Amino acid sequence: MEFPEELKYTAEHEWVLFEADVATIGISDFAQDALGDVVFVELPEVGTQIEAGKPFGVVESVKAVSDVYAPLSGEVVEVNAELPDAPEMVNTSPYEDAWMIKIKVSDQAELESLMDAAAYQEFCESEH
Amino acid sequence: MLKKTPLNRIHRDLAARMVDFGGWDMPVQYTGVIDEHLATREAAGLFDVSHMGEVEVRGAGALAYIQHLTINDAARLEIGQVQYSAICYPHGGIVDDVTLYRFAADRFLFCVNASNADKDYAWMEQVLEEGDFPDVELRNLSDDYAQLALQGPAAETILARLTTHNLKDIRYYHFAEGQVAGVPTIISRTGYTGEDGFELYFAAEAAESVWTALMAAGSEEGIKPCGLGARDTLRLEMKFALYGHELSSEISPLEAGLGWITKFDKGDFIGRDALLKQKEKGVPRRLAGLVMTDRGIPRDGYPVFAGEEQVGTVTSGTMSPCLKVGIALALVRPECSGVGKELSIGIRNRQVACRVAKTPFIKNWRD
Repeated sequence: MEFPEELKYTAEHEWVLFEADVATIGISDFAQDALGDVVFVELPEVGTQIEAGKPFGVVESVKAVSDVYAPLSGEVVEVNAELPDAPEMVNTSPYEDAWMIKIKVSDQAELESLMDAAAYQEFCESEH
Repeated sequence: MLKKTPLNRIHRDLAARMVDFGGWDMPVQYTGVIDEHLATREAAGLFDVSHMGEVEVRGAGALAYIQHLTINDAARLEIGQVQYSAICYPHGGIVDDVTLYRFAADRFLFCVNASNADKDYAWMEQVLEEGDFPDVELRNLSDDYAQLALQGPAAETILARLTTHNLKDIRYYHFAEGQVAGVPTIISRTGYTGEDGFELYFAAEAAESVWTALMAAGSEEGIKPCGLGARDTLRLEMKFALYGHELSSEISPLEAGLGWITKFDKGDFIGRDALLKQKEKGVPRRLAGLVMTDRGIPRDGYPVFAGEEQVGTVTSGTMSPCLKVGIALALVRPECSGVGKELSIGIRNRQVACRVAKTPFIKNWRD
């Protein structure tokens, strides 16, 4: 199970890479492992306003449907267009190929509510 | 407290993901649903189905009792043959779908769904007490038997290594009593995947040794342990009904596409009057197989539309691992159930296009 140091995480198992007021968002290795085979991903369109704590997309495994929650508020500026055609990338490369959206963050103070890698790893171990 | 099969320790050693399935602690997957699904279609899968229930019916009146209890014609069952059947309530709803084994003129065994086993046995006892069936004895043997399903094109090759019984003599939906890995076993050529294969019944104490022997015997072919996840996707690709989804006390066998096991000409049985009325009047809904023509995965409970009007509800849905497209079973108005009919499914506030497909969904998958 990987927990890259440079990322921040949520209790709903999304990860965030924050660079120059743009946040790249995906779901964690722990989340993809718990879901099993991912076979469908639904993402918002560029320009959509998303709100921290609210669902912005959907990930489906063979067995289950799961919402993906926005870790931060902001406007979607880029969407991983390859992901809906190859949803299995969520399983094989959750932190790189399977990034989901990039948002222009509207309130950087929200970053403080996110967990660092160590805290998130501890959180996952307690959930296990 | 969840019930455990005699293979619970093995599932945990294999790091299976365990779930509460109708009160049983069962493996949903080991390596992954798609991996296990494809192993079963291409080589062999081994499923622990020891949670299924078994009820023995013995005595001179056994056949008359079973004819009254079930909707299929048990009189047509030869010794050594298995029959798919169902038990109905007087109003025509389904108590359970079952397989029925005939061991002798006066001895039968029912295999029933795990989550229904207690309800079924209570119903069987009630029917026996209220009817006039002298000399019939019911025994709930669910705790005595372990059951494994070995399914897939390599199943016969693998099982042949562990038994001296000539498996070629056992035709589809027939069974024999023999030894598997030295353990007395009912070897039944049946299953719930659409593949060739066997369901094996033997003493619960032997479960670990038979499981281990089968896994070793099939290693060359790539046998894989399979969980409930793959069991569900495999049966869905075949349009096999599942109790609690396509079948329930509120769904009749005629609606669920089980008209072929409803034998009105065999004489009276529980539910016959209600079902006959339904047959004459026409069913209000019919089970259809749907294939998504647009991207999306149908799920149990999603509404089915013809144009803007809701005409039914999905009873089971998934992404088909073989066809790589969303497939579903749905109860829809009869006029919407014809093959080729264009419908849509409501998925998260969108209507996603689908069409009524020929079933089994995977009929031509290997071509």
